[in-house]
Amino acid sequence: MFDTLKSRIYQGQQFIKDIPNAPMREQFRGLPSLCNGKCSNCGKCLNVCPTGALKLNPLSIDMGKCTFCGACKNICESHAIDFTNFYKLASTDRNKLIITEGMTKEEYEKTAVEVRKEITSVFSRSLKLRQVSAAGCNGCEMELNACSNANFDMGRFGIDFVASPRHADGIVITGPISENMAYALENCYHAVPNPKIVILCGACAISGGVFQNSSKLNREFLEKYPIDLYIPGCPVHPLTFINAVLSYIKK
Amino acid sequence: MTNWLITKNNKKVNLTDIPALSINELREAVISEQKRPIAFFGKDWGNGATRLFVVLADDINGDLLVSSAIFSANEKSYECLTQEIPSFHIFEREFYEQFGIEPLNHPWLKPVRINQDKYEFFNMEGDEVHQVAVGPIHAGVIEPGHFRFMCNGETVYHLEIMLGYQHRGIEELMLKTPSNQLAESICGDSVIAYNTAYSQVMEGLKDIQISNKAQLIRKAALEMERAAIQIGDMGAIAGDIAYAMGAAVFGVTRTLVINTMLEWSGSRFGRGLVNVGGVNFDISEDEINLTLKTLDKVAKDVDRMTKTMLKNSTVMSRLEKTGTVSYEKAKEIGLVGMAAKASGNPLDSRFDFPDKWMKELNFEKKPFNGVGDVNSRFKLRYKEVKESLAMVRKILSKLKEYKNEPVLVDSHNDMSKDAFIVSIVEGWRGEVVHIAMTDGNGTLTRYKIKDPSFNNWYGLALAVRNNGVSDFPLCNKSFNLSYSGNDL
Repeated sequence: MFDTLKSRIYQGQQFIKDIPNAPMREQFRGLPSLCNGKCSNCGKCLNVCPTGALKLNPLSIDMGKCTFCGACKNICESHAIDFTNFYKLASTDRNKLIITEGMTKEEYEKTAVEVRKEITSVFSRSLKLRQVSAAGCNGCEMELNACSNANFDMGRFGIDFVASPRHADGIVITGPISENMAYALENCYHAVPNPKIVILCGACAISGGVFQNSSKLNREFLEKYPIDLYIPGCPVHPLTFINAVLSYIKK
Repeated sequence: MTNWLITKNNKKVNLTDIPALSINELREAVISEQKRPIAFFGKDWGNGATRLFVVLADDINGDLLVSSAIFSANEKSYECLTQEIPSFHIFEREFYEQFGIEPLNHPWLKPVRINQDKYEFFNMEGDEVHQVAVGPIHAGVIEPGHFRFMCNGETVYHLEIMLGYQHRGIEELMLKTPSNQLAESICGDSVIAYNTAYSQVMEGLKDIQISNKAQLIRKAALEMERAAIQIGDMGAIAGDIAYAMGAAVFGVTRTLVINTMLEWSGSRFGRGLVNVGGVNFDISEDEINLTLKTLDKVAKDVDRMTKTMLKNSTVMSRLEKTGTVSYEKAKEIGLVGMAAKASGNPLDSRFDFPDKWMKELNFEKKPFNGVGDVNSRFKLRYKEVKESLAMVRKILSKLKEYKNEPVLVDSHNDMSKDAFIVSIVEGWRGEVVHIAMTDGNGTLTRYKIKDPSFNNWYGLALAVRNNGVSDFPLCNKSFNLSYSGNDL
């Protein structure tokens, strides 16, 4: 027991104190920064993008498709594409995920997540989520697990992942939604009591990502039910996820 | 020996050199070799015919044995191999599912990835017997799969695992839209292993030689991935036995490793690092020094926590003799990687199919006395973390010698014609096998992937026999198998 206590003291406090303003390493690829004027329309970036997230004239990147692999930045000879380390990437509006020239992190942060009174009043003190991996590769799943570890400690905000949809206020979907998971996902959604929210987590869930051309997907669920929050990433960084939920429920 | 073409890991061979036998000849040849299957898959061979390819591993000599058999359009069955060599069971199930050629007298011919509604569970009858069904959606934040326990009271007689929920048609997608990013997303906890295997296959087919520096960076990243996941899993095992201290400490220690990966590549799991032609990011001298410092702390913290944890008698009572798979069983059903090592079968493709660095850096296989229980799998993880961290240190100091080499060489799109290549990379779970084939025009015509979980899921089913139902999560975590790698 003394060893355990000694370990406890040795470890000290490791949690990130200020989640909304936590520093991020500069190497992280977050919000794209584009310069249309530099773009030579060579189209090389279109060929290396695995998900078709890029468009030319004017230059844009759809973060709902982007895997943040950086291949476009690496191949662009005119330096028109860059990625900042800004990690608050979520939006309540699918169209806002499409980034064009001139989008700054300040503006994005201000406009991306629309706060609704009814959401704040119901969920701001406690939000319990059921996670459904619908053919997720375990990348987003591992990062969502990390949200609850001693570093990120999401539970301190009253946000938790729960074991049953009956205990949940909403579901978090990861993965491109395979045919074989479609019915289970829908069952799970119906098992969550109203009012409830749906969060799409990661490029696969939002757009199918690198699997968008697969014939084994069934994404009808997304057409049938309203989506409340889109969280881009491949995988989604824990800070991106926690801040997304915090700004949505306006904690 | 004309029945087999002998090749090496990452070595391209000509498709026309692969023997094409009759299925009976192939069957005899496989049985007489008594070697481990690492691939057994079909390919459309025109006019309704199917060609079955078999790759066996000679782990002692580091050779791969390749052969094949052609089924004409009206040959729809053959005598199964599983009755003779049980480790073929899952391969034959997959081949049947993909090509409809039935292995006769197969003892367990059930769906692998599709037709879940037609899956017939093993049924036991009796007043005391009951079934517990779990999944596809599980209680934790993990991938989907269905488990069916046949129980007597609290004791599990048998567990059946029905997978396929993650099926995304990867093998088909690899022909349509092959990319490094797709390879990384096949199994997102083994990003480096999968992407390296894919890149090696492509480099082999395109005759691209990558720099020494790039090889070393890939190798270091692979060991970082191994260390990170094994530390995370030690924490998860601690969590499952309610040893919260271990869960917290291993959790934060893992963060140090994956954040170092973020510094190397911009992603905590090393996404975007490996590319066909080398790697996308160099590791500067400063980063090397910073990494070495971090790894010292990681090694110290893991050491300290493991020793504290294993001194605790309540911890040991949960780990010891739980979920045992004997050496004989492990060998018979063909477990690979970590699961095999924990049962005392030292399969490790890093050493069995070595590249030039294994010798140059003096990396040697170290023995591990595993008895196949959760305790063995926990201690094996501890051993692998220490070894991987030591390997990363050596690799990084070697890296300094190649300072002026490029990290990425030019790639192109011309692939060899009629080629066949096998690439094996030892991910943290075990061997990740990628096989690709091209036709006479140099177009990819078949891409086959085998995750170690494909062999090992059945090992989990055997491990929980005669254990309490409540020990299942612990057994499951100690294996930590991949759903997406299995379902493809």
